[in-house]
Amino acid sequence: MSTLLSISRLNVDFALRKSTLRAINDVSLTIEEGERLGVVGESGAGKSVLGFSIIQLISKPGFIASGEIQFQGKNLASCTYEEMRSIRGNQISMIFQDPMMTLNPVLTIGSQMRETLQAHRQISTAEADRICIEKLKKVYIPSSEKRLKQFPHEFSGGMRQRIVIAISLLTDPSLIIADEPTTALDVTIQAEILDLMLELCESDNMGLMLITHDLAVVSQVTQRIAVMYAGTIVELGSTALITRDPQHPYTVGLLGALPQRAARSKRLNQIPGVMPGLAKIPPGCPFSNRCSLVEAICRSTRPALETKQSGIQVACHMVK
Amino acid sequence: MKKGIESMKTDVLVSIRNLVKYFDISGGWLEQLRFTGGRISRQEVIVKAVNDISFDILKGETVAVVGESGCGKSTLARTVMSLYPPNSGEIYYQDKRIDQLSEKQLKYYRTRMQMIFQDPYASLNPRMTVEDILSEPIHFHHPSMTREQVKEKIIKVMKQVGIDPDWQDRFPHEFSGGQRQRISIARALTLDPDFIVADEPIAALDVSIQAQILNLLMDLQQENDLTYLFISHDLSVVEHISNKVAVMYLGSLCEFGETEHLFSNPNHPYTQALLSAIPKLGQRFSHTRLPGDVPTPINLPPGCVFHTRCPYAREICFRQVPQLIKEDGKTAVACHGAAEGWLK
Repeated sequence: MSTLLSISRLNVDFALRKSTLRAINDVSLTIEEGERLGVVGESGAGKSVLGFSIIQLISKPGFIASGEIQFQGKNLASCTYEEMRSIRGNQISMIFQDPMMTLNPVLTIGSQMRETLQAHRQISTAEADRICIEKLKKVYIPSSEKRLKQFPHEFSGGMRQRIVIAISLLTDPSLIIADEPTTALDVTIQAEILDLMLELCESDNMGLMLITHDLAVVSQVTQRIAVMYAGTIVELGSTALITRDPQHPYTVGLLGALPQRAARSKRLNQIPGVMPGLAKIPPGCPFSNRCSLVEAICRSTRPALETKQSGIQVACHMVK
Repeated sequence: MKKGIESMKTDVLVSIRNLVKYFDISGGWLEQLRFTGGRISRQEVIVKAVNDISFDILKGETVAVVGESGCGKSTLARTVMSLYPPNSGEIYYQDKRIDQLSEKQLKYYRTRMQMIFQDPYASLNPRMTVEDILSEPIHFHHPSMTREQVKEKIIKVMKQVGIDPDWQDRFPHEFSGGQRQRISIARALTLDPDFIVADEPIAALDVSIQAQILNLLMDLQQENDLTYLFISHDLSVVEHISNKVAVMYLGSLCEFGETEHLFSNPNHPYTQALLSAIPKLGQRFSHTRLPGDVPTPINLPPGCVFHTRCPYAREICFRQVPQLIKEDGKTAVACHGAAEGWLK
């Protein structure tokens, strides 16, 4: 297996009138070919910004301050707008949360799918239709020929998300970034979509970066997890290891807060406080003001992401 | 209709009998006109949101209503709260029928029953301070209370939900999502209610904040002797917090019973599919796939509403609506297959 995407020391800033906020702070991670990586965190942790910055979808006032994003021999962080356009939606596709917002309500499914395809390839409409139908079949949309002429409102929520997935597959990308793809869906539909994504990644050897707040969802689909907190990765390692034996106090707290782990009608473990806003991240370890293991060093020095005894990379002074 | 009253005992707080709620969405009469087969006809469009639902909520209990979006769980909650008048059926609060009362007669029951809404960003008035928000229900229901008494009460509820009473003069935007939800819980507590309907109270919150709010709700239940009707789509939360679960599908009750029993031993095919779809930590799931989509509540399928997607459906399911039958004393199931024993 060779490395598909390699992010090293990425910093993403948002320039405000008086100050600059760091939304992504020194993040490094890799995705191998065909690997499924989950990025987990609460709202405001920077997981979506990370996903967007890979394909340079962060708009002003946000910008990549430093760092490299290596993808197929190119540094995406320094690509021009034109170069990025040929990669985005072609080799790297993105799936967003709400399928009703991503699909244009006044265009048929067919024309939206053809548009993506013809933006990247010089092909006839008939040929494009053939590929569209093939991909719709792949995501199990029945009578796909007829469906091409329909509008988004004629589909249910789950079907719409399947169409969005089909669109992301059109150009046979090697990496899909999925930002909360099942959050807007019901459990039974969520299960189907997760099944589908897993199946597609395995059959086409596609890389997947699954961004979500739901640890249980991540544990179903991915091989590795990156846990984000206040713009940094605090824990990175194999899904099986982290879900069984989390190391970082934040991950421990997050898993403990899940009702399915606790005994019925007993109090849940709770992490005191809330995640600080970007302007109020404490010096040293960003989790130090909520952590139960906190010591003097945590308040002064920011811990680096290091491989610990458990084989998991953890950014914590207290974990051995 | 009589059977409901007979089964009621003193420990039943809220009793719902054959509740039906329809919404007429046909609009003005011009919009109702349809042109079909060379003739113009008038057609009404009715959403059948809640169909013939009956269950009891005992004192001190947490009853959870689960189901997918559009199954009518929020409509059920609002109808129970008398926010919507039911089309038919009865709602009893401590053996008193409340669904036919006038607004004036309802006023007392409104102090007994309070509601917590899903989105704390939408349910708190951005132009009111916390003090205004919390004192409004007191001023409305107990106008005779003195300023000091009101103040005392506000401080008490704020302490109870873990918000510093010094923050009374702040506005909702100065609080985080979790704190706002605490304020809306405080608002529900100001009148010392017995019964609280929580409509997806944690759906808009982050995981670690969800745990804080769930803990708070459980603590308050013990301290204030509360009874909850807890609406949620999150099955693992429901499994954790509730004593009984009502599973709804397309406006109908599929299964109702004790949480532990229902989760370990689901009888209705829909409950089985729903439970199998919960993503579990650290285990690859094999869920039951349901064919097709949920039909629209405007054209309910005849017979069992689930028969269009049920893998076990037989001829009887297409024409006869199944009754909710107590299977083994612990759960009640509305399924011909379970009743006649040919399921599985």
